[in-house]
Amino acid sequence: MAAETEDLTAKYEAVIGLEVHVQLATRTKIFCACATSFGAPANTNVCPVCLGLPGALPVLNRAAVEMAVRASLGLHCRVNPVSRFARKNYFYPDLPKGYQISQYDEPLAEHGWVEVAAAGGGAKRIGVTRVHLEDDAGKSIHDGFRDSADYTYVDLNRAGTPLIEIVSEPDIRTPDEAYAYLTALKETMQFLGVSECDMEKGQLRCDANVSIRPRGETKLGTKAEVKNLNSFRFARLAIEYEIARQARVLTSGGRLVQETRLYNSETGETASMRSKEHAHDYRYFPEPDLAPVRISAAWLEEIRDAMPEPPAEKRARFIASYGLREYDAQVLTGSRELSDYFEAVVKACGDARLAANWVTGDLMGALDGKAIEESPVPAGRLGELCTLIAKGEISGKLAKEIFARMLETGDSPSVIMEREGLRQISDKGELDRIVNEVLAASAKQVEQYRAGKTAVIGYLVGQVMKATQGQADPAAVRELLQAKLAS
Amino acid sequence: MTAFPSEVASWTAAQIYSGLREKQISAAEIATAALAFAQAENPKTNAYLEFCGERAMATARTVDQQLAAGKDPGPLAGVPVAIKDVIMTRGVRSSCGSRLLERFVPPYDATAVERLERAGALLLGKTNCDEFAMGSSNENSAFGPVRNPHDPERVPGGSSGGSAACVAQGTAVVSLGSDTGGSIRQPASFCGVVGVTPTYGRVSRYGLAAFASSLDHIGPFGRSVHDAALVLQAIAGRDEHDATSSAAPVPDYLAALGRDVKGKRIGLPKEYFEGLPTETGDLIARGVETLKKLGCEVREISLPNTEYAVPCYYVIATAEASSNLARYDGVRYTIRARDANTLAAMYRATRGQGFGDECKRRIMLGTYVLSHGYYDAYYVKAQRVRSLIARDFAQAFENVDAIVAPVSPSPAFKLGEKTGDPMEMYLSDIYTITGDLAGVPCMSVPCGNTPAGLPVGMQIFTRHFDEAGMLELAAAFERAGVSG
Repeated sequence: MAAETEDLTAKYEAVIGLEVHVQLATRTKIFCACATSFGAPANTNVCPVCLGLPGALPVLNRAAVEMAVRASLGLHCRVNPVSRFARKNYFYPDLPKGYQISQYDEPLAEHGWVEVAAAGGGAKRIGVTRVHLEDDAGKSIHDGFRDSADYTYVDLNRAGTPLIEIVSEPDIRTPDEAYAYLTALKETMQFLGVSECDMEKGQLRCDANVSIRPRGETKLGTKAEVKNLNSFRFARLAIEYEIARQARVLTSGGRLVQETRLYNSETGETASMRSKEHAHDYRYFPEPDLAPVRISAAWLEEIRDAMPEPPAEKRARFIASYGLREYDAQVLTGSRELSDYFEAVVKACGDARLAANWVTGDLMGALDGKAIEESPVPAGRLGELCTLIAKGEISGKLAKEIFARMLETGDSPSVIMEREGLRQISDKGELDRIVNEVLAASAKQVEQYRAGKTAVIGYLVGQVMKATQGQADPAAVRELLQAKLAS
Repeated sequence: MTAFPSEVASWTAAQIYSGLREKQISAAEIATAALAFAQAENPKTNAYLEFCGERAMATARTVDQQLAAGKDPGPLAGVPVAIKDVIMTRGVRSSCGSRLLERFVPPYDATAVERLERAGALLLGKTNCDEFAMGSSNENSAFGPVRNPHDPERVPGGSSGGSAACVAQGTAVVSLGSDTGGSIRQPASFCGVVGVTPTYGRVSRYGLAAFASSLDHIGPFGRSVHDAALVLQAIAGRDEHDATSSAAPVPDYLAALGRDVKGKRIGLPKEYFEGLPTETGDLIARGVETLKKLGCEVREISLPNTEYAVPCYYVIATAEASSNLARYDGVRYTIRARDANTLAAMYRATRGQGFGDECKRRIMLGTYVLSHGYYDAYYVKAQRVRSLIARDFAQAFENVDAIVAPVSPSPAFKLGEKTGDPMEMYLSDIYTITGDLAGVPCMSVPCGNTPAGLPVGMQIFTRHFDEAGMLELAAAFERAGVSG
């Protein structure tokens, strides 16, 4: 199978476009004041509007527009000054109005891109065709009830939840690129506070359009729309499967048909759901109940100003202005909270690399996979510790000891040092006295050193550290010893 | 101090206003008498589908308490009002004239209803109408036709037939109707009452079961311009539940009613008079003479795109209707057909049994015009025609203050006369459709009776949001009486 896949990959190139639905993290629904909270008893977060009662009318939630604009800007899209809602008409029991209020030929934003690591190294931009706003349907529950054999139950709590649909250009060429695109997209949405993107709660959903063509061919092949991709991993596997399937059809002389296919994560296969001939005619037309969405230049600026820096931009800035290594920049932009924490440490101590080392090393090591919000050490206190190190007031070794106490108690370094008598011996006279005592007690080693066996200095440093209970700066001790032994 | 008039059918809002304040009668007494009268008289017309006496009595008690406490109970305090059944009323069945909603009791009030009640109006009941407001004769109601109070063999017009008939019959003082292509003005004309279609956006549509969202209006009926104006005053203005409602300030309509109309420039669109049957034409001509006597300056104008109005309307209205009626699917609050084994079969059976012929006809038309490959040829083109029609009005209003025309080519026709020919039925709205397409305010004011004793209304259009100017002209016309 692996060898076969390789052969096919050599012969065919895949063309992949993704349609991603992201649920916006607004407090209320897009066209009514009902709460969007997850997990409420069925059909309790509902009102005449989201139930589709006769006479109810939609009123656009401003927060949803702002969040969608923020997402669009994060995806480097051009936000259209005027966009329009349209009705997408179809019948389904969990669609209470008999149409979805979406956007069609005048979407909110267009012409964006997402940067991902390219297959052959370097970065690649995947185009974002459009971002548009729409309302979600409810949920059909087909099993779990005593009479589920005969009835489907409908929960309309989710109906009217604001969604954005993000449509990519067919710029993706491999399942790995698709995976990377989804990861980058999710990271951006989370970073901007647009969505939590919890796929298990349906906050991020994805469909893939997949076609293949012989390498070198510029015309597009016949595409299949693959649905039911419930995780990024499944998306990658489903695309892999679909590419191989299409290639097998073509190499065996068959013809592909345009169709919608469902991915089955248990079998790892896709199966035809409906062909193009049976595709819905959604009979889109402009939504007469809503005015066009107008986003003035001033409003756009207001949204831009209030918006957190997107992760890719932040990463670039960390490398350029803090001199961080790419890997550290990547780690430190893993979440908005982590990057905020890091920048707070930098602000406190003024040494970005030192801050990066401590955050990515000791702190994240101690957190052991937990989120930065759970850190027992606030950024300001780690900053204080880094300041002491940067000023040479404490040694790295002592810093680690203090840090261990900070993790336990959450106290500031100065409080810990005071309480536990952990302080650097910087009093020259004191250190001098101890060094002299050690030298006097170590006549044998002094002789060895002077005879050229300089490695014994390590022993002498150790003795001094022992005598000071670790409170001396080992580097300073070494220097002092060397000076005394040389004289 | 004169006693409060005992003849319920003749009550006016003004009488009730002073009667309550002068303690000639209580709101509870009004409610009791009005309900008893309406229930007794209703079999003659079938105007009401539902009475909500408890609700009327509850409001009446509140009004009486407020009066006793020296508080202002509101401008419509104690005024019995009827509501077209396509307008939602909390706790009171709102069937929309459809079998599908025969058991539907909404959990909320339309904004207009809420505002009427806040103004003290007594909600007597719900009025019969064509199913989902689709029709011109009220014969498309699932609950039987309404009979014209002037002649029980004739239709009251439609689709707001019940709302027009109950006011004409005197079983309500005022009522609310809805107008998408003439559904307030045409029955007002047929029943000899005042019916007002305000500017699109002037009155919230929240709670009006949508037929064609971009054309739907809620508006009042009254036996006088004053009473209709009083209702409009109460229901007009921005509503945060309707994104298409206007924030434009609402002027004092009642203040406009006494004004002199001398020097007003009136346009008579020639397209509305070509081929007009003399039965109607003669009455309108006499009405125009009255306007001249009042000092109005009358001239002929042209609204050149009028001939495209009916086809344009039947594309846009049916397109929107096909989408708006999709929610009546058997899943939630409508009736549901039994014995369907699949979802598709349930949809087909429920909608097949639930909708009447006219709704089905319009759903099919609308579905067709929105279909892939036909959208541009029909829907997009119709929208272009609609803007041309709106432009006709805008240009005309550069030179005139109001446009006067017939409401309908004929007075009320006989029951069954046009049910066999939908096109013939559609043409009875030929003069009213344009006002909805242009979104301008328009109304029907009684303009005398035909020799056979059938009322005919005169239509007045004014500029967007100039309801005051329209009501002012209608009130002056009403005061002058029709010249004989």
